[in-house]
Amino acid sequence: MNITAIFINIFAGGCLIFSFLKDRKKTKQSLLGAVKSFIRILPIVFIIIIFIGLLFGFVPQTQISKIAGEQAGFWGVFLIALVGAIMHIPSLIAFPLAASLLKNGASITVAAAFITTLTMIGTITLPLEIKELGKKVALLRNGISFIIAIVIALIMGVIL
Amino acid sequence: MKENIKEKQKKGMVRDIIFLGIAIMIAIILISLFPDKREVITASSWEFFIEMIWILPAVMVLMGLFAVWVSKETVVKYLGEASGIRGIFLAILFGALPTGPLYVAFPVAAVLIKKGAKISNIIIFLSAWACIKIPQEIVEFQFLGLKFMAARLILTIIFVVIMGLSIEKIIEWTDKTKVEGAKDNAGI
Repeated sequence: MNITAIFINIFAGGCLIFSFLKDRKKTKQSLLGAVKSFIRILPIVFIIIIFIGLLFGFVPQTQISKIAGEQAGFWGVFLIALVGAIMHIPSLIAFPLAASLLKNGASITVAAAFITTLTMIGTITLPLEIKELGKKVALLRNGISFIIAIVIALIMGVIL
Repeated sequence: MKENIKEKQKKGMVRDIIFLGIAIMIAIILISLFPDKREVITASSWEFFIEMIWILPAVMVLMGLFAVWVSKETVVKYLGEASGIRGIFLAILFGALPTGPLYVAFPVAAVLIKKGAKISNIIIFLSAWACIKIPQEIVEFQFLGLKFMAARLILTIIFVVIMGLSIEKIIEWTDKTKVEGAKDNAGI
């Protein structure tokens, strides 16, 4: 258990106590919500954990760095960004996945591109976004997000 | 609408469990075919499992708390009239609060549009909601380190603000040309 984990658990505990002192009913309601979303996310958590294990076991680092490493070039970044834009997994799970790719030889640019498109762009939720906000706003937001995700990733590759 | 979302979540859960079953089967088959890989696979899976299990419940508690305490009405009330730097700041702040997945934010954004909030603030709010969320930043810090997290956070804020302002300009510009086009057609 590392310091981040200790800190966030203390912080969550503190918020919980504060909330409980202010309003028991609301706190109960929020805990119920927390349990529900935890259960909902669990299957995907396990899928990703299994995937990471298999990734470490079977895909050699040289292969990953060829597709997603320093020598992958612009099209590697573009491809991974596209995968991130299409994939629909909870963003919280994206970070361990990106970390495992980094450990296995992917470049910082690729990891950043993947996370940024994954969180910012929702292809599955796009119909809903169009319905609520109109075609123009939704398409512009998702389209420009893709471009800035790549720009952010390229800058990160340079500065880190 | 609410029933509809519940129904969808139920279906999603069933689908996820089926996928999990498939993943477990594939893992078992692969491990029995290549028993020498077993140690690497279980060790790395276990390592990530431990890291996540320490952090996920706390993140979920935080999200649950904020979802209850910061209501949609609060967001609409403050963001509806805010403009300028204050508007941008509030849009990022409200987006960053740990409150649920992106599809929850769309209806809020739709209400904001109707209330006459600035398009730039709505775009910034949505993007912040999508990728500058506090729980996400915590998990990113945990797995990818402070430098990675901080650099991506700062760059994202800068570019999201630029994107919001440019989309507003684009929408204003296309609306204007459309209105002028309509006028021409009407023979004015």
